[in-house]
Amino acid sequence: MLTYTLQRVALALAIVFVAISALFTIMVTLPGDPTTVLLGPRATPEIRAEFRLQMGLDNPIYVQLADFWGRVLAGDLGTDYYRNRPVAVAVFSALPHTTALVFGAIFWSASLGIVLGAFSADNRNSLLDRVTGVLSVAFIAAPSFVVALYALLLFSVTLRWFPTIGAGEPGDIGSRLYHLILPSLAIGLAWVGYVARIVRASMLETLSESYIRTARAFGLPRRVVIYNYALRVAILPAVQVLGVGIGGMLSAAVFAEIVFSRPGIGSLIYDSVSGRNYPVVMGSMLVAIGFFVTCALIADLINAALDPRHRTKS
Amino acid sequence: MTKTLEVERLSVTYATREGGLQALREVSLEVPAGQIVGIVGESGCGKSTLIGALLHLLPENATRTGGSIRLADEEIATASPRRLRDLRGQDMSVVFQDPMTSLNPVISIGRQMRDIQYRDRIGHAEKNDRAAAMLARVGMPDPKGKLSAYPHELSGGMRQRVAIAMAAMMMPKLLIADEPTTALDATLEIQIIELLKEIQKEIGCAILFISHHLGVIAELCDRVVVMYAGEVVEEGAVEEVFLRPAHPYTQKLIECDPGRLKRKVASLPSIPGSLPDLTNPPAGCIFRARCPYATDICIERPPRVTLTPPHWAACHHAQEVHG
Repeated sequence: MLTYTLQRVALALAIVFVAISALFTIMVTLPGDPTTVLLGPRATPEIRAEFRLQMGLDNPIYVQLADFWGRVLAGDLGTDYYRNRPVAVAVFSALPHTTALVFGAIFWSASLGIVLGAFSADNRNSLLDRVTGVLSVAFIAAPSFVVALYALLLFSVTLRWFPTIGAGEPGDIGSRLYHLILPSLAIGLAWVGYVARIVRASMLETLSESYIRTARAFGLPRRVVIYNYALRVAILPAVQVLGVGIGGMLSAAVFAEIVFSRPGIGSLIYDSVSGRNYPVVMGSMLVAIGFFVTCALIADLINAALDPRHRTKS
Repeated sequence: MTKTLEVERLSVTYATREGGLQALREVSLEVPAGQIVGIVGESGCGKSTLIGALLHLLPENATRTGGSIRLADEEIATASPRRLRDLRGQDMSVVFQDPMTSLNPVISIGRQMRDIQYRDRIGHAEKNDRAAAMLARVGMPDPKGKLSAYPHELSGGMRQRVAIAMAAMMMPKLLIADEPTTALDATLEIQIIELLKEIQKEIGCAILFISHHLGVIAELCDRVVVMYAGEVVEEGAVEEVFLRPAHPYTQKLIECDPGRLKRKVASLPSIPGSLPDLTNPPAGCIFRARCPYATDICIERPPRVTLTPPHWAACHHAQEVHG
């Protein structure tokens, strides 16, 4: 298990390095110049040149890249020149909101998805199975920002069950969670359907396995056979899909944060990309990718914990 | 002599697109207490369906269309699901064919062995001890340590030992072994056969041993039941049946056993023809189309010709074949 963990961590770091380097290169080579946005159209060429020199924008890309990594490894994500604050402050004050949002979405998709999927497989062709099947496909197909908008309209504006905007009072966990329910559900709903489909399919496959017949041949109670012996195997693909799905949830979080006016990495990236705010873009991308890779790593480790066959495979 | 298992005129039909496939037709056989009975027959003869019917673990499209199954004089063909669950694992247990797939891959050996003791109101540690003792009994090295192992960490032979330990642990009256050595190599096969023999002596259970390997049946079993295309064609003591078969199919089967070949041949012997279509089985003798002894009388359903009891064969020409 230790070797496996170390291998996965090394792989995760490599992924972060490659992804960020590629993004940095794309960002710098993209047309558009922070000097125009930041200094305004009336800045003299001298001021611009001065600024470009200060920011190292004239250096070759590989030098800029090396500089960038050098700073990052020293713990400095750069400075947000637009608001004159360290990028780290901007990113790390936004990160907890996005983390909460994504984990809320994972919570919904894992809990509801696994329960619905297992139950549908156990009661194949029942009314619940059919309804879940249709709704799952519908929610997978609907873009999450549409779901977010309609959820906002229905539950907050019309029914007034949930607050419309914001992330809740700082320091008040209850208020935070209350504000979290709707946006995380809006992101998670598509994944509920997805996970339910996957769990249902893999459950049906598992139920026809020889070892399930063995469990039944030894007279184990039906409940134990299905919700323990079979489900333990059937959830494995769902865990893997959720781990990778965090990337999708992060991009859905961008919309949910805009729709619900929540602070977070999503809205931070959105604002900084439209303003060509390179340091903030790179800082938040670095953290977002790091977050994604960490989550995928956690999913792998959970999978290894659930499936002993994974641990010994190198 | 009491009978542990008595199957009488058992019929099972599968619903298929082409119509009802009559996988078992009026199968009768008995397993006397404390004996090892072998069932032999080629693939598709209904061996697995028979086990499924005994345990009530048939696929959804299968129905029992008639007959009775008595386990220690209790009718179980019509038993309630509740009663059946009590019997499974407790009074009858089974060792399946492929040890690579018959154990749950994500649950430790110990947990799987504890779980099947769920009826006993004893503590976790006691269940563990019992499981370890059983593993030691089937010749597992380091039985205590193996409790925390997962199936993929064990070899095929070791896994089959675990399966046998699980099947024997609850001291069943009837142990069903569904081709338990088919997936293993020859040296392991002998060890597993020896182990089953010992286990049988120790717990005094009856064993129903399914195999298509004649040599294994001859080595292990007291009695043999020969099946062909969903019917029992011959039954009797192993020496009787194998030395002087009374059904042409049994005779052919023995002739085709590769173990009998004395020298290298270009092609292995086989029975000409193929299995009849079981959605529409021919009237009369089921083996008629492939049988060298077939005459006009074979269009009628063959009688059960008793030779030296319990040896009998379902053939019009049984006396002639028996010689």
